[in-house]
Amino acid sequence: MAEDFLLVILTFDATIRVSVPLILAALAGLVVERSGVIDIGLEGKMLAAAFGAATVAALTGSAWLGLLGGMGVSVLLALLHGFACITHRGNQIVSGVAINILASGLTVLLGISWFSMGGQTPPLTGHARFKSINLPGAEAVADVPVVGQLYSELLSGHNILVYLAFLTVPAVWWLIYRTRFGLRLRATGENPAAVDTAGISVIRMRYLALIICGILCGIAGSYLSTGHGAGFLREMTAGKGFIALAAMIFGKWRPVPVLLACLLFGFLDAIAIRMQGVELPLVGEMSVQFIQALPYILTVVLLAGFIGRAVAPKASGIPYVKEH
Amino acid sequence: MASAPAKLPAWVDIGLLPLINVALAFVVSGLLIAALGQDPFEATWIMLRGAFGYQESLGYTFYYTTNFVFTGLAVAVAFHAGLFNIGGEGQAYIGGLGVALAFLAFDQYLPFVLLLPICIVAAALFGAAWAYIPAYLQAKRGSHIVITTIMFNFIAASLMVYLLVNVLIQPGQMSPETREFAAAAWLPYMHEALGWFGWEVAESPLNLSIIWAAVCCVLVWGLIWHTRWGYEIRAVGANMSAAIYAGMPPARIIIVTMCISGGLSGFVAVNEIMGVHHRLLLDFAAGYGFTGIAVSLMGRNHPVGIVLAGLLFGALYQGGAELAFENSAFTPDLIVVIQGLVVLFSGALSYMLRGPAERIYMALAAPRAVEA
Repeated sequence: MAEDFLLVILTFDATIRVSVPLILAALAGLVVERSGVIDIGLEGKMLAAAFGAATVAALTGSAWLGLLGGMGVSVLLALLHGFACITHRGNQIVSGVAINILASGLTVLLGISWFSMGGQTPPLTGHARFKSINLPGAEAVADVPVVGQLYSELLSGHNILVYLAFLTVPAVWWLIYRTRFGLRLRATGENPAAVDTAGISVIRMRYLALIICGILCGIAGSYLSTGHGAGFLREMTAGKGFIALAAMIFGKWRPVPVLLACLLFGFLDAIAIRMQGVELPLVGEMSVQFIQALPYILTVVLLAGFIGRAVAPKASGIPYVKEH
Repeated sequence: MASAPAKLPAWVDIGLLPLINVALAFVVSGLLIAALGQDPFEATWIMLRGAFGYQESLGYTFYYTTNFVFTGLAVAVAFHAGLFNIGGEGQAYIGGLGVALAFLAFDQYLPFVLLLPICIVAAALFGAAWAYIPAYLQAKRGSHIVITTIMFNFIAASLMVYLLVNVLIQPGQMSPETREFAAAAWLPYMHEALGWFGWEVAESPLNLSIIWAAVCCVLVWGLIWHTRWGYEIRAVGANMSAAIYAGMPPARIIIVTMCISGGLSGFVAVNEIMGVHHRLLLDFAAGYGFTGIAVSLMGRNHPVGIVLAGLLFGALYQGGAELAFENSAFTPDLIVVIQGLVVLFSGALSYMLRGPAERIYMALAAPRAVEA
């Protein structure tokens, strides 16, 4: 029994670890789509940030400088998206595709050119990585059944970016629903002409949203290469940006449901390998591939309107043209 | 829109501006190569020679071009109806499943002349089926087709891994592949076909599917610009409300267009499965679907443009492979970057130069107008 309980806790622990990049990227997508800009380049920004963070961390030996580097790269790509879609009113999907392709190629090309390690960055050790933090008293209560285990195994022992990611959820909620900026942001995504009439620049609001998106994707990518992993590996985001996009839709563009969707998709990821060869009551053995595809299937079913309706911000995807 | 495209003559709008955009992408690529400490002119020369320099390389270039024409046409057809099909990757992959299932069932019993049409129909049907669901959801339930086609790419990838590892794998083998199909189900290579006429050329993966690609170009051109269907497709893409007002059924047009698009993507399997690999294997469609987006954008959604853009990307793929072989500083990832830059400049930033071009053209044209 105690062993089973520990197994459950370890599964949830793994869920938290894999959910972190999803939470950050999905919130990034949420902010930018609430301003009326579609961003399918979350994946590319995360990948570029993972590379940027690992590179800076490897050169300077500091995970914090790495984080800054990762955020910087990601914000630059977000601004490129803005330059193409906001300033020049280009197609937002095409721009997102371009950013994904560019990130996929540039990270490996530059990685090989700079480090000659087949596209990887040098392995990070010591201060070049975000180390896990043991919360006060975690050691002492580790032997206490249930509560102690929950505290020491599940809550304690993550790196600072994990806690930051979970704090980002209420922060984004507060920003969107409780600040003047958030009200303007939501209005920009629903009815940009009204925002414009009120004397607020739609272009400025959308660029600001993209910068926030870049920062959050930057943290997500840095987490992958300097927190969760110990260096950059080619294609290390492996579709997480698209799962985050799915989670953002699944959470219907609202922070708390988005968090829950990310935890659900992270949980599916965490159990996929463990479920191999396990016979379940009613359904029998589940294939790993089915569990891996489940986030995408669920999102399609949701989009089809069979489990509640997912309605995107009204102006999302439409370039804003000021009336003359 | 503030900028009225009508002000520019056609040769500037569909000739000069796209060329300048592509040229910009290559200038940035050249700067990147220089930043890596290499000589961009030498790299260009190696790539050109590697893509067109000798018979074998030419064969490879045309073999890649064949795939890009299929996926480029697929994106273009959907685009004419105002739909963004970025599910070409998954549709091509599932098209391969259709070809493999048909061949596993019939290749022992039927001759080539029957297997060829079966292959083409199976690839089209399965590719179209994979596009049908996102199309139906877009048409009937309003689900955003970009998101659903992305999701379907991932679902296709998982499905194919499952089927190849658990169901279709050749018994007693380690790698997740089907058995090799009987020789009756092999599309002849171009070097074999030319050999029948006594013309000896170097061996390459180029096969007769390139003829089917050419036929598809003509069919798409006819469909879009010379049939009632094509008119409806373009009407829905240009102005949905006007199309509805004119009595066209938008849901049916969206679904039919996406099925045509998915079928065209599925034809990648004719080239790859029937033409080259002769078995179903993992990830045979990798990258071709996404490159189709760049090909279609560069080719301005017209078959002639798509052939030219497909040739350019075929040359990039083959020349890039040659470049990576000659100089280890370049990996095939350089091609991925160039591809990204082309999508950026030809697609996302395609309006960037229109404003300046209009002003320059007006400045040049205005005095002449006064004289007249």
